[in-house]
Amino acid sequence: MANEEYEPLIVGFCCNWCSYAGADLAGVSRLQYPPNMRIIRVMCSGMVHPNLVIDALTKGADAVIICGCHIGDCHYLEGNLKAENRKEAIELMLEDFGLEPERFRLEWVSASEGPRFAEVMKEFTETVRALGPSPYKT
Amino acid sequence: MITLTIDNKKVEVEEGSTVLQAAEKLGIKIPTLCHHKSLLPYGACRVCLVEIGSPGRSWVQASCVYPAQEGMEVRTNTERVQKSRRIVLELLLARCPDSPVISDMAREYGVEETRFTKKNDDCILCGLCTRICEERMGVGAVSFVNRGAKRKVSVPYDKHSPICIACGACEVVCPTNAVDLSEVTTNKPRPILSEYDMGMSPRSSIYIPFPQAIPKVAVIDRDTCMHYLKGVCGSCENICQAGAIDYNQEDQIEEVGVGAVVLSPGFEQFDPELKKELGYDRYANVISSLQFERLLSASGPYLGEILRTSDKKHPKRIAWIQCVGSREVDCNYCSSVCCMYATKEAIIAKEHQPDLDCTIFYIDMRAFGKGFDAYCERAKALGVRYIRCRPSSVKEVSATKDLKIAYSEEGGDITTEEFNMVVLSTGLRPPAAVRELAEKFDVKLNEHGFADTQGFEPVDTSNPGVYVCGPFAGPKDIPETVMEASAGAARAMALLKERRGTLITHKEYPPEKDVTGQEPRIGVFVCHCGRNIGGYADVPSVVEYAKTLPNVVYADDNLYTCSTDTQKQIIELIAEHNLNRVVVASCSPRTHEPLFRNTCREAGLNEYLFEMANIRDQCTWVHMNEPEEATRKAKDLVRMAVAKARLLEPLYKGSLKVNNDALVIGGGLAGMTAALNLADQGFKVHLVEREPELGGNLRHIHSLLSGKDPQEQLAAIIEKVHAYPNIEVYLSSEVSKVDGSVGNFKSTIKTGDRETEAGHGIAIVATGAAEYEPSEYLYGQDARVITQRTLDEWIAEDKAAIREAKSVAMIQCVGSRNEDRPYCSRVCCSQAIKNSIALKKMRPELNVYVLYRDVRAYGFLEEHYRQARELGVRFIRYDEDHKPEVAAGDSGLEISISEPILRTSLTIKCDMLVLSAAIISNAGADEVGKLFKVPLNQDKFFLEAHMKLRPVDFATDGVFMCGLAHSPKSVDESIAQAHAAAARAATILSKDEIELDATISEVIDANCDGCAYCIDPCPYNALTLFEYMYKGSIKKSVQRDAALCKGCGVCMATCPKKGIFVRGFKPEQLSAMVDAVLSG
Repeated sequence: MANEEYEPLIVGFCCNWCSYAGADLAGVSRLQYPPNMRIIRVMCSGMVHPNLVIDALTKGADAVIICGCHIGDCHYLEGNLKAENRKEAIELMLEDFGLEPERFRLEWVSASEGPRFAEVMKEFTETVRALGPSPYKT
Repeated sequence: MITLTIDNKKVEVEEGSTVLQAAEKLGIKIPTLCHHKSLLPYGACRVCLVEIGSPGRSWVQASCVYPAQEGMEVRTNTERVQKSRRIVLELLLARCPDSPVISDMAREYGVEETRFTKKNDDCILCGLCTRICEERMGVGAVSFVNRGAKRKVSVPYDKHSPICIACGACEVVCPTNAVDLSEVTTNKPRPILSEYDMGMSPRSSIYIPFPQAIPKVAVIDRDTCMHYLKGVCGSCENICQAGAIDYNQEDQIEEVGVGAVVLSPGFEQFDPELKKELGYDRYANVISSLQFERLLSASGPYLGEILRTSDKKHPKRIAWIQCVGSREVDCNYCSSVCCMYATKEAIIAKEHQPDLDCTIFYIDMRAFGKGFDAYCERAKALGVRYIRCRPSSVKEVSATKDLKIAYSEEGGDITTEEFNMVVLSTGLRPPAAVRELAEKFDVKLNEHGFADTQGFEPVDTSNPGVYVCGPFAGPKDIPETVMEASAGAARAMALLKERRGTLITHKEYPPEKDVTGQEPRIGVFVCHCGRNIGGYADVPSVVEYAKTLPNVVYADDNLYTCSTDTQKQIIELIAEHNLNRVVVASCSPRTHEPLFRNTCREAGLNEYLFEMANIRDQCTWVHMNEPEEATRKAKDLVRMAVAKARLLEPLYKGSLKVNNDALVIGGGLAGMTAALNLADQGFKVHLVEREPELGGNLRHIHSLLSGKDPQEQLAAIIEKVHAYPNIEVYLSSEVSKVDGSVGNFKSTIKTGDRETEAGHGIAIVATGAAEYEPSEYLYGQDARVITQRTLDEWIAEDKAAIREAKSVAMIQCVGSRNEDRPYCSRVCCSQAIKNSIALKKMRPELNVYVLYRDVRAYGFLEEHYRQARELGVRFIRYDEDHKPEVAAGDSGLEISISEPILRTSLTIKCDMLVLSAAIISNAGADEVGKLFKVPLNQDKFFLEAHMKLRPVDFATDGVFMCGLAHSPKSVDESIAQAHAAAARAATILSKDEIELDATISEVIDANCDGCAYCIDPCPYNALTLFEYMYKGSIKKSVQRDAALCKGCGVCMATCPKKGIFVRGFKPEQLSAMVDAVLSG
């Protein structure tokens, strides 16, 4: 399945308070990571509806990642816990749609973790590259 | 101006520019080695070769020295250029085969090996060092000598230069690290070390002090900058594209008239160099706790990796030594925070390296704060080892640079262990400059140099109108610092209530254009950000692409979109093109969205008709080596922003009228203090007390270590409360019902059978706590066993039992720090110290024993602890696993205790046993919590919005807490927290209206079927289910309280029917962005 020519396209939802700021810090620190993800800023990781994730994947995104604040650090007290609870539901839906669970990822990145953000992006891009293109890709 | 073409792109440059400069303007990258923006063009290295002239009639030239000419045609990436550069690189590689810079550059051009004879030199003769020394520094200490093959950079006669100023510029500019300053001069260069990284990394003379600096701009260190020291260099002025360097800037002295002053100069770290025996500054791997904090930080010297200074290797074993510069003869106070920060550092270090062995050497584990003991237990569970011993010295093992520590753990044999790294938990000192500040403000300092404050006025100094907060008033943790900061503000606001709000100026905006029903007309502004974006992505092509997107009617690029003149242009362009949506593609909305939104408002557009594409921080800066990919991603990000912009709607911030009255629940010290301060600030207060009289727990306290008579103080406070016309006191009363939310609460106060309705804008919960009634140690069975509170009363009454006793024992932690109540009650150690000092002063012959687990005499209490020991009070430690046993006999009580140091059993006979009983939460806390829908923690104390940063706020807006209801604390801490709660409350009460966020949730009634899935997940209790009649039947729906909703969107992601959404983040808007990602 893995295709050398294939460049994965990843949709990322980053919470405004921690991980979007972490992504900014990766930039400020000039940490280089693969250019495969497109970030959509949301206020909280708990704001992302599972349908939005599934929609993105069934419309041809090779993977989706949601990044939020570390547990205990949520700007909205416990939005990230809600995101974590939904993770399971999303994984079940992936199974129904015949998608590998690795195509969805939930990660915690704080505003000060620029290096971690870059690491996560590198590692996730490689994982998705190894998976090959999404079966929904036209 | 002249126009030339580079790689088929036209560019206009000033006359006298070089081809390289023209290419740079276009964002075309040409490799260079000998080029430096602050030096004259030199043309030495030849890697910047380009092809000039039309195909067939062209020649190859060094672009850094070749002048740009009108109509000139330049190509930077032809086969001929590549070939020429390859040969140059091969020659350079032959000269410097070991230079990574050269071999990396060569590899980029496919040159892996050189065909020429290798020379094993480091220097490529680019002349940067000689030129910067001569041109910029005006010294000329290094220059070229010899000719031809023997040419080299050297100091005259190959001797150390007498004129070199050791500025180090030559070392810094050298591309191949060939310059060794010690070969140039015997003068030692003065290293400039980063203060932020605690000297563990270098910085330059012009620098941004720390990553989160506000404003985030560079500053010049005039003490090390060569321009200020010698009038030379000036490189930064040449390099700065924005022209922001102004060497003539002077300090400005401004005079401001103020009615109150709050001093918060903070603290300094104890200088660990003073502890020679612990090896700081002598041994590479002994560092201070603040240095260790930097090691843990992602922005630290090793980007968050824990590495040893000596060999940059990961340590496997780290030891912390506590009380370095605390609890000593010459500074006999406890720094209060070190036990916890060392524990935190150990936990985080183990998160970095799970196999790390962490050992903390301590005297007493002073985990006295809220949740601290539980945190220490967590550390122990993770394997952090605590050893009760203060090592006297640290020795280095010279071969490995490991460190040897000899210690004996409580009566055990002396053991020696080796560690790879030692962290000194340095204490807190008042800043050196504080004496001058104190003199200026006529503020008295205590013997340790901290501000002298009095028990009942914890933030007042000796000079009325001058207040203090934070560690300047004594070492303290973040929550207490934040509380005192608000307390200082409360005191100042009470003083200045007449002038409140008089300095506020409101900005005028033009009337807002109505865009409803209009087809979106989007303007896209793409920023070059100097070279930050334009240097890596092809900005003009992003602009051209933006023009092709639907509804985009205008697109252009700007050098700096955020500059003041560009803002003006945008306002004009909005009018000229009748734009009704604006997209800026530049940096991060987190920093610049407010600026551009303001621009929209100034153009008469609703500020929410704006969207940003982050093509710098999240694109060009992270894809610097992939210009094509960066350009493609920038286009995608612009397409996504435009897709969302098309669906943007004007949003409006709601507002709420505020009821300016306050409700304070609890008439103890904290409640009364808060009420008085609010009344002093001019607000009306309803003060509700369950008991028939005011005073709470303070009624039972008869003496304090500070020496003030608490009963006298209490009487004065109660009198003031009763006399205050602004304070309505409800005794023997309880709040039975609460409706509404921030700004507009309505409560029912029940006094007997009578019910009073009170409207209020905020509520302060000060419901206090109670003394635990012990079930252990014969309490309640034997009259000789009493609690500290009773002893305090007996001492005040000079009771016969005290006069007749021969021996008194006290047991600490009764009901605290156990399985049922895993927390520390914080005040019992000082109570025991206070009472034992009083007993010893009354009757020096009396034997007083204090049986303790850790003596938690934090801050300045340490001095009293010393005094007690000097007076002959005997402190005997016991382990949690070997609690004392008490037996009653006719002649007295007999206590058996297993003494850990002597490792034997002791028997203490006493006539009186005093139990330091825990502080437990009040029975009514649960009900109050339910009334306001605010949470309690597992210990049944109220849970604040943030343990460190919001210690008096509930997560629910408009409800605050203070005093023992929050956690056990001392009288002065309760007062500070009460003032803090009043200050926080006043931020709401002082307004006639509160502005609500525009980006909050909104219910679509038509879609909502009242399934109520969204209600429980809402972290702010902002949603309620309600029913109404619709077309003859009951319709269920959800109602959102605009004052409570924070716009987190948990409801939106929970709703299965698209019945609720967050404004500005509608499902359609997010979907449009997803679709835009996928339509590339």
